Amino acid sequence: MSLKQKDLVSLASLSPDEIALILETADSFKEVTGREIKKVPALRGKTVVNLFFEPSTRTRTSFELAAKRLSADVINFSPSSSSVVKGETLLDTARNIEAMQADIIVLRHPAAGAAETLARGVKSSVINGGDGWHEHPTQALLDLFTLRERRLEFRGLRVTIVGDIAHSRVARSNIYALTKLGAEVRVVGPPTMIPAFLDRLGVRICYDLDEGLRGADVIMMLRLQLERQGRALFPTIREYSRLYGLTAERVKLAEPGALIMHPGPINRGVEIAPEVADSLSSVILEQVANGVAVRMGILYLLSGAN
Amino acid sequence: MIIGEKKERKQEKLVMDQSEMGRALTRIAHEILERNKGTQEMALVGIRTGGVHLAHRLARRIQEIERSQVPIGELDITLYRDDLAIRKDQPILRKTTMPFNISDLKVVLVDDVLFTGRTIRAAMDGLIDLGRPAEIQLAVLVDRGHRQLPIKATYIGKNIPTSREEVVCVLLEEEGEEDRVVILNE
Repeated sequence: MSLKQKDLVSLASLSPDEIALILETADSFKEVTGREIKKVPALRGKTVVNLFFEPSTRTRTSFELAAKRLSADVINFSPSSSSVVKGETLLDTARNIEAMQADIIVLRHPAAGAAETLARGVKSSVINGGDGWHEHPTQALLDLFTLRERRLEFRGLRVTIVGDIAHSRVARSNIYALTKLGAEVRVVGPPTMIPAFLDRLGVRICYDLDEGLRGADVIMMLRLQLERQGRALFPTIREYSRLYGLTAERVKLAEPGALIMHPGPINRGVEIAPEVADSLSSVILEQVANGVAVRMGILYLLSGAN
Repeated sequence: MIIGEKKERKQEKLVMDQSEMGRALTRIAHEILERNKGTQEMALVGIRTGGVHLAHRLARRIQEIERSQVPIGELDITLYRDDLAIRKDQPILRKTTMPFNISDLKVVLVDDVLFTGRTIRAAMDGLIDLGRPAEIQLAVLVDRGHRQLPIKATYIGKNIPTSREEVVCVLLEEEGEEDRVVILNE
């Protein structure tokens, strides 16, 4: 069993077996991240380029650390300091990077489909680090890994995803992966933030948070993108917080011990109350720690000779 | 031609049976104790997968002889292989489990077959990333020759002359087989 594809663009295109392989591989890397010397020589001589057209601290740092722990060379490339401001296209930028013998390109881009376009245009492996509202596969994989590490069985697992589903690539990747693995996914949010086609992905839609939380094993909160305020999606942050914010009181509606997740960065007191984010059921920091192991796994699996 | 569902079993030649294997492991256990003057500051580290089972068997024998427990570690060498950059598909990665600090211990690496020596090179690099052992020794059930690196075993169950094309298989009960060592011909 190995990953048959050159790239990791979306979870929609992965089989349950391929997802299992990535999680299993990540589990072996988790042991490496716990060592005193957290470095192995597996990707010696390979070059990983972080090509980030959107601001990101967590994902970029996580990929950088993962690549370095595998002994790859890492280059960080961000548009503010580059030729993109001079009008170069994405593909031309990537071809230049490829000409410098990059083996793996990690792309974050504001346009949905950018990773797919790049993957078709270059010989290097492309990992989607988030493309517009489309997908953020490595985030969903680290979410799955965190659940698995907590010994949760995916089949029949009740997962409630709360927030701006329409504009969330994290939600989309998680929906694809979780439903594929047999979980029951519910999404909760105001109607303006839930796309109409969503029920076709096999998820249940709730517009009421209390209803959506009932009996949930896992609660996945999404970041309220405050920059979207004023675009008529929600009247005020206060109202959104009152209707869709996760409070300690509301957590009680879910199964006892239900896990609370958030892809970060969190808006304390907006979508999640501080005491909930810091509670024992919160695995938010575990998610971050697991991100490195999962990305090491993906880099390793995609690093075979072309 | 119709190809059956099961791949036809290759011709196998028996080179060690169950009792021979048992005696060889007992002898190695004694040799380990003799050389190290007991089990003080010592650990067994099996190389996945066959070596891990053999390390457990050696530990059981040492326990019977000396009445003392030797810590056992399990080492996966995949990330240290020297062919990762040239392989198309990456090999399946398994877990390394080292429930103790190997620094300052006499570590006996255990593997089933010693062939080119490349696995042992990788295992030594892997070990050294986990700490600084006082000494590394090597125990193998079978030494089949054809070394490509200057590596030599400290303890050998049996030397088996082979041609480079032959495949030597150590089959173990732990893997659902009858204990034996065979040579498979292409």
